[in-house]
Amino acid sequence: MVEATEMKAANHDTNSPAGEQRASERANILARVREALSVAAPADHGEAAAASSIPAVLPAVGATFEDHVALFQKNAVELRAEFKVVNDASDLVAELKRLAAEAGWRQVATHRGELTDAVCPALGLPTVTAKSGADKRELERCDAGITECDALVAQTGSVVVTSRSAGGRALSVLPPHHVVLARREALVAGLPDAFALLRVRYAANYPSMISFITGPSRTGDIERILVLGAHGPKRLTVLLLATPP
Amino acid sequence: MTVTLFIPCFVDLCYPQVGVSMVRILEKLGHKVVCPDEPACCGQPAFNTGYWDESRAVAEKVLDQLKDAEVVAIASGSCGAMMKVFYPELFAGSKHEAAAKALAPKCYEFSDFLVSKLGVTDLGARFPHKVTFHDGCHGLRELHIKDAPRRLMAQVRDLELVEMKETVCCGFGGTFSAKFPAISTAMGDVKISLAEETHAEYIVSNDSSCLMHIQGLLDRQRKPIKTIHLAEILVQS
Amino acid sequence: MSAPAVQFHHDADRLATDLRHRELVHTALSKYEVKRDEMKARFQDWQGARALAAATKRKAISQLDRHLEQLARGLEARGTKVHWASNGRQACAIIVGIIKARNARLVVKSKAMTAEEIHLNEALEHAGFEVVETDLGEFIVQLRGEAPYHIVFPAMHLVRGEIRDTFATKLHDAPSDNPEELTMVARRVLRQKYVEADVGITGANFAVAETGMVSVTENEGNARLTAALPKTMITLLGIEKIVPRLEDLALFLPMLATVGAGQLISGYNTMYGGPRQPGEADGPEEFHVVLLDNNRTALLADAEQREALHCIRCGACLNVCPIFRNVGGHTYGTTYPGPIGGVITPHLRGLQDWKHLSYASSLCGACTEACPVKIDLHHHLLQNRRNSAAAKPSWWQKTAFKFFVPVANRRGLWKLVTRGGRLGQRLHPLIKGSRLDPAYCWTKTRELPPVAKQTFKEWWRQRK
Repeated sequence: MVEATEMKAANHDTNSPAGEQRASERANILARVREALSVAAPADHGEAAAASSIPAVLPAVGATFEDHVALFQKNAVELRAEFKVVNDASDLVAELKRLAAEAGWRQVATHRGELTDAVCPALGLPTVTAKSGADKRELERCDAGITECDALVAQTGSVVVTSRSAGGRALSVLPPHHVVLARREALVAGLPDAFALLRVRYAANYPSMISFITGPSRTGDIERILVLGAHGPKRLTVLLLATPP
Repeated sequence: MTVTLFIPCFVDLCYPQVGVSMVRILEKLGHKVVCPDEPACCGQPAFNTGYWDESRAVAEKVLDQLKDAEVVAIASGSCGAMMKVFYPELFAGSKHEAAAKALAPKCYEFSDFLVSKLGVTDLGARFPHKVTFHDGCHGLRELHIKDAPRRLMAQVRDLELVEMKETVCCGFGGTFSAKFPAISTAMGDVKISLAEETHAEYIVSNDSSCLMHIQGLLDRQRKPIKTIHLAEILVQS
Repeated sequence: MSAPAVQFHHDADRLATDLRHRELVHTALSKYEVKRDEMKARFQDWQGARALAAATKRKAISQLDRHLEQLARGLEARGTKVHWASNGRQACAIIVGIIKARNARLVVKSKAMTAEEIHLNEALEHAGFEVVETDLGEFIVQLRGEAPYHIVFPAMHLVRGEIRDTFATKLHDAPSDNPEELTMVARRVLRQKYVEADVGITGANFAVAETGMVSVTENEGNARLTAALPKTMITLLGIEKIVPRLEDLALFLPMLATVGAGQLISGYNTMYGGPRQPGEADGPEEFHVVLLDNNRTALLADAEQREALHCIRCGACLNVCPIFRNVGGHTYGTTYPGPIGGVITPHLRGLQDWKHLSYASSLCGACTEACPVKIDLHHHLLQNRRNSAAAKPSWWQKTAFKFFVPVANRRGLWKLVTRGGRLGQRLHPLIKGSRLDPAYCWTKTRELPPVAKQTFKEWWRQRK
């Protein structure tokens, strides 16, 4: 019976222009949805009455900046990400230089931004800047991608980037090492705070991509054994600037 | 209190000692025990197979038998779930709906009855053996009974309870065991392995239907571990 | 029996006695169980989270029409093309059409159960495109020509040696059976594919009505790359993936990861609302979202089981299901195996052909207890049984239960059964466990309990 319906629908498609079909299938689906919903579902299992708020059920986060730093640190260790609080812009440069020397970076990628502009040139390395028309193969050859972020989430150890704040989509995932530069106020307690921050910042016009990055790229698809760097970065370093630049 | 016993068909036929133990325990506690003379099946086999009309035909009899009961103590968590949880659904919209809804709150699985309704945990029993406990899924997840049998066992002299590593179905599932015997058997084997890891002499449960399945496998595999219903332990001194 | 039922019984009988398979599943899932329980314990109120998630999904589905329109409006406002497909054929035709119009050849794809459901890869290959699965597990099963074994862990049934052999045969690159080295082989191969691909296809775990976004959960970064590098991005999702507000993801993302993989949150949770926007450095020039019905509205029309559309495809019910653990994912022959598959497949693909999945359960309820959105899974299996028996009763079962009624209800007949049982018990050893045994399905592996010398009721009457 299912087959027969599909056949009919398929025949119908070939006879009608694509646009018309799209419009009619939209109407068909919505009509079926409305028809189905005309019969009310039985009462729930009492959850509506029991439901509290999202922050109240999620893992506890602590109250102070220090609590949040400690929680982010704990999560980062568990996720095998690297996290460091640095005092000022010069410490940030020193830390980046240390990373560059240690890993032998030959070329890095970054984007235009207040923080990145302030520290990346000091590395003195060939730098690819993510911008319209940049070559993805070039980006792929970089040893590290250095980006800013919108938020760090203490609760989960996540870094929130968007296509607008972190140099598009590929920069934070294509190079083998992702280095995140975060301002003090970027550190938020929990996931609800991060979404609230995104709403305040972008509600009028959301970027095309918002990504919550938690730890380096990972897989457990072979015998549930953790391997880092499945497709994305093998290393994730988060540097939190304790004072404004 | 006058306690009406519900002795399911298979307990009547194969495990009368479970019912006898229940009678002795309740009488020792000073209650009057009554039990309908007529045989009784709760209707679960037909219900679980999807034949609700046929299930209702059997279950109507149970409603009738128990309509005057003050409280009902049931020898199996599975039949208890049928009567307490599924009867109201089975009879919804029928002329027996009110009777089903009236019966449900009066029904108790036996261990739950002792602990929750009577407030009794120490029956003065002694059972000098190492045991493990199997939670029948219907008792555990439909009736939410987990602590009652353990509280009762905790008061049994010389009984050592060793819990299994996982809480998992024994694979009986009523007609499931006949429709999918290979899967049912595999699940039973997993259960038995878990029980064996505890080095217990007995697998105790508050559900004779699970024990029937487990014992059936143990007998075929000639394994020394034995099964016993909780009521049979509580009656020993 | 329907053909799918015959296949299920056949494969189940084989795998249920396969001790190596049982051990493999047990080992894989026991690691997961430890992490899952650890993460659940981190929630301040896990049961409260379940209640909230269930209530949120109920709200989403109870106004599905409004939410879908809102989703489409939001996506279209950012330049996304939204397509509506009533069934799998339409969805495949739409996707093939998009790719053809771009003169594309190579398609990279990140894991999407919806694509499995509509056999998208076959349709794309049939149309002459090269399709590469990029999730490691999916990549492995694609190389082997297999279906995913599990909706979250596609290659859970394979050990490293088998994967090495697959890589050696298909990629001519298998340095060892070390999981890390094997993963790096896949990384090298797939990196080239991302860069070369013209089209990227993803699934989605959620769709946010309010802001017009799809949300994709993954750990490897493969979906991120699929959505970043090709010029055209296509996302295929079922219409039930809706959540009303962006903030709802703050609840669903950690819950999905906790019960799905034993992580507090997955590696990458990414919301996409459109193609590259003005001022953004990169991203696809075109973004297409294909909304798929494929009989989801039929399930929606069953008010009693509508909540099965709350499913977030976390796989938690599979992981705890003792049947799944003993027969494995392939035995089901469905896109969605385990308890949720037993509930929804009869709605998606026909009740009479797939009702056996609703019967293949001991109704233990472990699934319902595990479900993060509180779907009453094992009771829905019962409802499918009731509906299938009402629509098409099996004459012998109906007769058997009809016969059982008077027997169970009358003392005289019950007495006969008792006596018959005692007599039968004496004769039974002659045929026990043989094909002549009417109780063969039980006695093949189990002993029957002896009928008591005195039944309880006999004792009771005598005592009185």
